Amino acid sequence: MKNKSVLINIAVLLAALLVPVVIKAPYHLHIIILIIIWSIIGTAWNLLGGYAGQVSFGHAAFFGLGAYSAGLLKFHFDISPWWGVLLGPIIATLVSLPIGLICFRLRGPYFALAMLSLGEIFRLLFTNLSNFTNGARGVMIMPDITSKMFYYYISLFILVLTLFTTYRIVNSKVGYYLVSIREDQDAATSLGIPTTLYKNLALLPSAFFTGMAGAFYMNYVAFIDPNIVFNLSNVSVMVILVVMLGGVATTWGPTVGAAIYIFLGELFRATLGSANVLVFGVLVCLIILFLPNGIVGEMNTLKRLVRRKKGLPGGERNEFLRG
Amino acid sequence: MSFFVARKLVKRFGGLTAVSDLSFFLEKGEILGVIGPNGSGKTTVFNLISRFFPLTSGEIFFKGTRIDQLPAHKICELGIGRTFQVVKPLKRMSVIDNVMAGAFLRTNSIGRARQKAEEITDFCALGQYKNVEAKSLPIALRKRLEIARSLATEPELLLLDETCAGLNPRESEGAIALIRRIRDAGITIIIVEHIMKVMMGISDRILAINFGSQIALGKPQEVAGHPEVIKAYLGDAHA
Amino acid sequence: MELFGQTVICGILLGGMYALIAIGMTLIMGVMKIINLAHGALVMVGMYVTYFCFQEFGIDPYFGMFLSMPVLFFIGCLIQKYMINRLVEVESILPENQVLLTVGIMLVLTEAARLIFKSDYRSVATGYSSSTVFLGGMSISVPMVIGFFIAMVFTFLLHLFLTKTDLGKSIRATSQDRDAATYLGVNASRITMITFGIGSALAATGGSLLLPLFYLWPDIGHLFTAKSFIITILGGMGSTMGAIIGGLILGMAESLGATYISMGYKDMVGLVIFLLVLLFLPGGFRSLAKR
Ligand SMILES: Nc1ncnc2c1ncn2[C@@H]1O[C@H](COP(=O)(O)OP(=O)(O)OP(=O)(O)O)[C@@H](O)[C@H]1O
Ligand SMILES: [Mg+2]
Repeated sequence: MKNKSVLINIAVLLAALLVPVVIKAPYHLHIIILIIIWSIIGTAWNLLGGYAGQVSFGHAAFFGLGAYSAGLLKFHFDISPWWGVLLGPIIATLVSLPIGLICFRLRGPYFALAMLSLGEIFRLLFTNLSNFTNGARGVMIMPDITSKMFYYYISLFILVLTLFTTYRIVNSKVGYYLVSIREDQDAATSLGIPTTLYKNLALLPSAFFTGMAGAFYMNYVAFIDPNIVFNLSNVSVMVILVVMLGGVATTWGPTVGAAIYIFLGELFRATLGSANVLVFGVLVCLIILFLPNGIVGEMNTLKRLVRRKKGLPGGERNEFLRG
Repeated sequence: MSFFVARKLVKRFGGLTAVSDLSFFLEKGEILGVIGPNGSGKTTVFNLISRFFPLTSGEIFFKGTRIDQLPAHKICELGIGRTFQVVKPLKRMSVIDNVMAGAFLRTNSIGRARQKAEEITDFCALGQYKNVEAKSLPIALRKRLEIARSLATEPELLLLDETCAGLNPRESEGAIALIRRIRDAGITIIIVEHIMKVMMGISDRILAINFGSQIALGKPQEVAGHPEVIKAYLGDAHA
Repeated sequence: MELFGQTVICGILLGGMYALIAIGMTLIMGVMKIINLAHGALVMVGMYVTYFCFQEFGIDPYFGMFLSMPVLFFIGCLIQKYMINRLVEVESILPENQVLLTVGIMLVLTEAARLIFKSDYRSVATGYSSSTVFLGGMSISVPMVIGFFIAMVFTFLLHLFLTKTDLGKSIRATSQDRDAATYLGVNASRITMITFGIGSALAATGGSLLLPLFYLWPDIGHLFTAKSFIITILGGMGSTMGAIIGGLILGMAESLGATYISMGYKDMVGLVIFLLVLLFLPGGFRSLAKR
């Protein structure tokens, strides 16, 4: 069972490595790179939101911090923004420390609201601190490299790193503790779990990889402003939708969700014109009403139903981690 | 000093005094029963010991160290386990995973946690439900899961809050048998239960409270015959 | 000193109108225990209805709002009954999916407005829109004064409704303890639907009162969602009185912030207060009074 899944993962990775060989059109590669960026943010968010159950409506803060770390390196110091891919996640993580200490005093929807307002506070800060951030005019860089293939491999590398790290965390004692906290915080405390500490243990890597995605985004798109990278609906809420569509608290859910969202988004934009966001909104409502745990999530339920009918015991090894 | 000592516990919620000036102690291996009418403060006492609520005033000592200032998870780490009157299963986790979540307190290895969880589920006669999701268990098994999970943290003192409430007589007997087995394993227990017969049979001593204050403390027969207790349970007319 | 007085008065007047919107939110929150991120979008829809009446039929906003209210009441009931209420049956890992559903509703409403009215900034130009009254040396905008007083009247009427009528009492009972209310014979699901309708109608009223003062465009909803949240948290959830106090505080904080700090940081002042209250005063400012 375990060997089989390792083999599958290797096969998926090999296929991913071959993508640019098969798909050459820059536009198509561009879409795929966007999907990868959202998979990274989604996977990172999922660790905190899906597994630990701490739904953050403010992940744009970390994304934006990462993006600005890269952009401002170039803007102020003329240092290559690629260093931002290292600096950005570090800054996002450092900022997440006090945020965690403050916001984890709150539970459930109150936590969500606190994170939401923090994300907005960062947007306003970066808009108004124009001496430091160039304000609403944003930051523009001239990329040295234009080959999409190059960006594809870098982003793929970051995604693999994110998936691997979260997978290791989730399938360890920490993972059990995070899910316990999500399922019942009082029960978790009664079992000797220091809940605030473990929530922070989920927040730090979550902020780290979101920041890394932000820094990569800066390098890739070459222009950011506070309304793009600190955006509530287009970043913070979007990432939640990505995860919910794909599968809350599943390894591959965020990636599946990102693929479907970006693909549908592009499709709608191309075919529906100005009604595209409306259709998107309708889709959001339908997903939440009919696929509350996402495609990957509901698939496992279906599979299990079938298995039970056949009288075979058990499911996958780590099925406890989701519903 | 005794194994466990609670001294002058007071807990106020706004204007309401839920626990007032309550003192008691336990020796190792003992079972202390706590009885009292609805709303008399029994669950609150548990919440104070396990530090789910901070004390308004008073002191609690466990094995000679003062514990009332420690955070809740530390209390468990020191060896005081608890169950909840309103059960709090980790719903979307299987029974074995619930128990593993407790076992991880003493180990970092998944293998060892699983092995310990297997032993404990067997000990609590939950073995056959190992892979069932906690949310689909009936109430009797949920109550037992509470105990199993708590046992996995290797407590020396276990606080059991109304383990038999809502169970039919046969299920209650099973639960009581389990509590006896736990005591025989050397674990000290404080138990809250409404059914007098159960408490009389199982407790070494009984503490009766009403309106958060002690009204009697002693051997089961003494407490059961105490006029204040009879009054609290049956009303003035019977005293 | 005059500038200060003028700033404070403007803040209070605006705050009174914000409060009406926030009362709508707090009513819904009280009964449904949900976080409704679509509330601002409902305000926006209400504003567009009033605007439409003005633009097409020349109906003054202060009358148009009486059309806008029933429309929004109806929309609110529909949303509650056919969408949010459905979630009760859905089993999800994250209870926050309810918040997301309201985000979806917000998107749909906003984009529908954008399709119909485009993204243009619109405003109603009535005779009194830009007139001011002078008080001492302070100049105060007339629509602010009118809007404030109408808001106060509605708040008072709502208060009477909640305390004196059977329906109002049922709403308060459901808000306090749903199970107990059901046990006493209250049809909780019907009450919930009606409350959502009333909350939406109040949102429409507040929005219509603000119409002469604000530019209207589809995304203005976000602004009001944020404001009502801040107010609700400031005032303590589920409390009408709290919402009024919260509204006045927010109005003044914004107005003072805009005058003395800078326009750009104005919104941040509210957010920072919001965060601080969320963290340190979980019951809102009301809990201070109780101590
Ligand atoms: N968190 C709380 N906030 C305010 N009051 C509380 C709280 N918890 C308990 N109380 C009050 O404290 C008193 C004691 O409650 P407690 O739950 O300890 O009673 P109990 O003896 O366990 O009752 P039961 O037999 O019904 O379980 C009650 O009046 C209750 O309303
Ligand atoms: Mg109790």
